Amino acid sequence: MIYTEEMRASQARVEATRSIRLSETLPRFTAEEKDVLLKQFHPDYHEDGFTRLSVGPNKGDQVPSELAVLLQGQSRMDEADVDVDHIQFETDVLVIGGGGAGAAAAIEAARHGAKVLMVTKLRLGDANTGMAEGGIQAADKEHDSPAAHYLDAMGGGHYKNIPELLSELVLRGPEAIQWLSSLGVLFDKERDGAMVTTHGGGTSYKRMHACGDYTGAEIMRVLRDEVRNAGVDVIEYSPAVELLLDGDGQAAGAVLYDFDTKEYHIVRAKSVILAAGGAGRLHYQGFPTSNHYGSTADGLVMAYRAGVPLLYAGAIQYHPTGAAYPPQIYGALVTEKVRSLDAMLVNKDGDAFLHPLETRDVVAAAIIRECQERNKGVYALHGQAVWLDTPMVDILHGEGTMEKRLPAMIHMYEKFGIDIRKQPILVYPTLHYQNGGICIGAKSETKIPGLYAAGEDVGGIHGKNRLMGNSLLDIIVFGRIAGTEAAAYSEQAHPGKGNLDHVRRFDEERAAAGITEKVLSPKLLPDYTHNRGTRG
Amino acid sequence: MKMVTVYLLGKMFSVPEDLTIMRAMEYSGFRLVRGCGCRSGFCGACAVVYRLKGQTETHSALACQTKVEDGMCVGRLESFPIKKMEYDMEDLPVAGNVVGQLYPEIYNCIHCNACTRNCPQGIQVMKYIALAQKGDYAGCAKESFRCVCCNICAASCPAKISHGPVGLLARRLMGKYIAKKSRHLEDRVKAIQEGKYIADVQRLMEADDDELRRLYEGRTIEK
Repeated sequence: MIYTEEMRASQARVEATRSIRLSETLPRFTAEEKDVLLKQFHPDYHEDGFTRLSVGPNKGDQVPSELAVLLQGQSRMDEADVDVDHIQFETDVLVIGGGGAGAAAAIEAARHGAKVLMVTKLRLGDANTGMAEGGIQAADKEHDSPAAHYLDAMGGGHYKNIPELLSELVLRGPEAIQWLSSLGVLFDKERDGAMVTTHGGGTSYKRMHACGDYTGAEIMRVLRDEVRNAGVDVIEYSPAVELLLDGDGQAAGAVLYDFDTKEYHIVRAKSVILAAGGAGRLHYQGFPTSNHYGSTADGLVMAYRAGVPLLYAGAIQYHPTGAAYPPQIYGALVTEKVRSLDAMLVNKDGDAFLHPLETRDVVAAAIIRECQERNKGVYALHGQAVWLDTPMVDILHGEGTMEKRLPAMIHMYEKFGIDIRKQPILVYPTLHYQNGGICIGAKSETKIPGLYAAGEDVGGIHGKNRLMGNSLLDIIVFGRIAGTEAAAYSEQAHPGKGNLDHVRRFDEERAAAGITEKVLSPKLLPDYTHNRGTRG
Repeated sequence: MKMVTVYLLGKMFSVPEDLTIMRAMEYSGFRLVRGCGCRSGFCGACAVVYRLKGQTETHSALACQTKVEDGMCVGRLESFPIKKMEYDMEDLPVAGNVVGQLYPEIYNCIHCNACTRNCPQGIQVMKYIALAQKGDYAGCAKESFRCVCCNICAASCPAKISHGPVGLLARRLMGKYIAKKSRHLEDRVKAIQEGKYIADVQRLMEADDDELRRLYEGRTIEK
């Protein structure tokens, strides 16, 4: 009874068309149809949402306005009284970020014998990784191949993926699954041990491995446990706020800000790994987000200020199916796995309007068109939304399928009186993933010697649009590479005294460009007090 | 909008009735640092304890997943200290009951069922502890699978059991040692190490955009 009268009337139409739709297969869009759809309706093409950068290595590039303010923001170091020579912590490898990429990096670096310090803004494991529900791709089934995986990702990414990075991703994919299995991650398997795999949007073979719909949560809690076992020192609630470089421009550590004591601390390190995550909490163009509380682009800001260029920072992923109702879960992720299991997207009249397994950017744009141009959505909280016809899953695959494969989704909705096995749910795109980020090479290295990056703060692997299941894969593949490389580098590195000269240089550039805004960055946390950001 | 009166960390506030406890704190002016994580019920950061008006009993919940009620009195549980043993996964005996050896306090369970009653995920916590006592890792793994490690169970346990790490170790043993190996995975990793798939990928790396587009649009999709 939680749905409004209008919703219930529309729900009845969805139920009336369901039996016909069960045997209906919609054609996929042609390349031309997709181009037109994206240009008209994808938020990345919405010029008003973007600002051209006037300072830094990407000067002249357009990025989301909320990100531009931070990339060109003011450093905390300008006003804080920080003595960079007063060193509180010394380590071989400093890992900035306690999510999946940071954890994978820390584990590998420790296994290679390095002394590892992980610093994280919130708790170890607080990251988007744990909220990834649907799965992780890897070409390990008989008829599938790394080349097929490569082609799928390249087409989905609009042919903008960096070949050297994508080849690492696909060729190391099966090994990443094996590594996770060896740590004890509980993948869904058939009786004979074969992995249960499904399609994701834009895949040509069923290569989505999953742990129910807790895939990321399962991976994250195992990695967190292993970080603790591996003897890695972890400092929580202490985000890095600035990198330190030595006189030759090599990585030399970082400045931390302790949330509890409000003090700054200096870490001296021989190599540094930036794995600070995404940016969903910046709420580009007013979108809600499926992201973790800490996703505020801190890694991008720190790298940019140190002179590291970004790649495709204007390419943002809006997950097509964010919860549009009820208000308590507004913007939360409804996993793509629901569509992998053949649930259709349906408008207010009960008509399906696209093949459910198009790539995410295309599906998001099609939903926005259905609501904004065609007026075929159902009014939800802040505008129209469309139905995801979840009961189709059990009808097509047998009763009990959802309970086994989508327990988190059932649990998320049942708390608010909606049984998704019996009732469809209302969805609308939600800000989900930063496709672009820090420029790296195939060894996870940046242009600064000794500075590595991995995870969502990196750009290029996924081109301009990531496929489902490729981010859980990239955090493992590149997290491990970064950990291994940073450990090896630290063995022969002797960085000089760390300094903040790059911050001063950036300040001068800001002044010369006439930027007088006092917005502090990295942002660290969103500001939701007194009902701000209630649509997030 | 109907407003309700709530007491957050001891202070009285009036908040809209459809807010979660977490949003109610923010609505009232709290800038959250601790006790806030994924905001979607997956991370276990926001465990709270509350008492309703006129009731003796206390309840536990995730603040991001629970609506406020009139007269609700909310305190926090975040950073509850738990016992987590350190171990080398490569060197754990599956035979015998290593979970029981590392966490012998599981045998002190007095069957009060407070853990199960308080679990915000609706997990049969006491049951999975009983399975762990018997060394039934598969059963323990299955029953504990939806755990988000909020530690509400541990906070309510008179026998001082840290349930979360017990379930986690059982699941890791299950995933690593007991679940059947995936032959296709091992074969594929070996084949890649032998260099079998590299040339195909390299051909694609060298292909121009037109060629990639042609291959992509023409690829067959597995039914």
